[in-house]
Amino acid sequence: VTAALVLAGLALGTYLLKSAAPLLLGGREVPWLARLGALLPAGLLAALVVVSTFSQGHALHVDARAVGLGAAAVALVARAPFWAVVLIAVAATAVVRAI
Amino acid sequence: VSAQPDPRRGIRRQALSLALAVAPFGLAFGVACTQAGLSWVEASGFSVLVFAGSAQFAAVEILGRGGGAVAALAAGLLLNVRSLAFGVVMAPSLDGPRWKRAVWSHLMIDESTAVGSAQEEPRWRRYGFVCTGAAIFVAWNVSTAVGALALGSSGTLITRAGIDAAVPAAFLALLWPRLASPDQRWVALGGALVAPALVPLAPAGVPVIAGGMVALAAAAWDAR
Repeated sequence: VTAALVLAGLALGTYLLKSAAPLLLGGREVPWLARLGALLPAGLLAALVVVSTFSQGHALHVDARAVGLGAAAVALVARAPFWAVVLIAVAATAVVRAI
Repeated sequence: VSAQPDPRRGIRRQALSLALAVAPFGLAFGVACTQAGLSWVEASGFSVLVFAGSAQFAAVEILGRGGGAVAALAAGLLLNVRSLAFGVVMAPSLDGPRWKRAVWSHLMIDESTAVGSAQEEPRWRRYGFVCTGAAIFVAWNVSTAVGALALGSSGTLITRAGIDAAVPAAFLALLWPRLASPDQRWVALGGALVAPALVPLAPAGVPVIAGGMVALAAAAWDAR
């Protein structure tokens, strides 16, 4: 029962957050929002990169994923296609863990 | 960069790569649900109706540890505050009848927003968003169901194969082209410094939101 309650609440709340801007703003251009829209993904994505690489719960730590991320950066500098960047990161991480 | 060729092929390839990258986490989510005592119907219910990976993980983890419904719900919703920001980013590109916007809104996740907003030409932003969101929706739900039904307890498989490095690499690849612009580079640097500083202190999800707040501060700064 608790799980069903959380499921219903989270589904409803999440949908309201997702749909607020598309349903209420529509296709209208809002200049300051456009400016913010250009900058927001940079901040959010950089935070996501760091948090998903260097955190485990509430602890910051460096593990094999850091090597994977480094390999991904090298692949990006070498202009590797998107799928190759991901594959290289996975392979590098697996190799480090196997050693 | 002028006279770009039709980017749809590249967009579809990105969408497919990201869908493959989230599939292992869908498996892990299914397994986590089983371990928390949820049925596969409940597990799939989360992936179909909530469709927000990190929030699903947080809510189910708290439920599994015996945390209350309020704590599980609060953690999940806090993680999803960022989808409000993603909505602001995508809203100008999601033009169409209200019912279509209502459907597209359900696909408002990190990856769809990243691919959509990365398109230089406005007319391809919606295409990138919908392609990526739909591909991930399918992969996420299939993998959740497989994880909940087929895999009992094999959580170490994902870490041993290095598959958990796929998501950070995918985020980095999506961030990369933005670093060509100096102001976005500064905002990214700010986000990359603020987020880890908050990891030990703030509830899960907040460090990522704080990264977005750096952008908010930067936008307010040049609006002065």
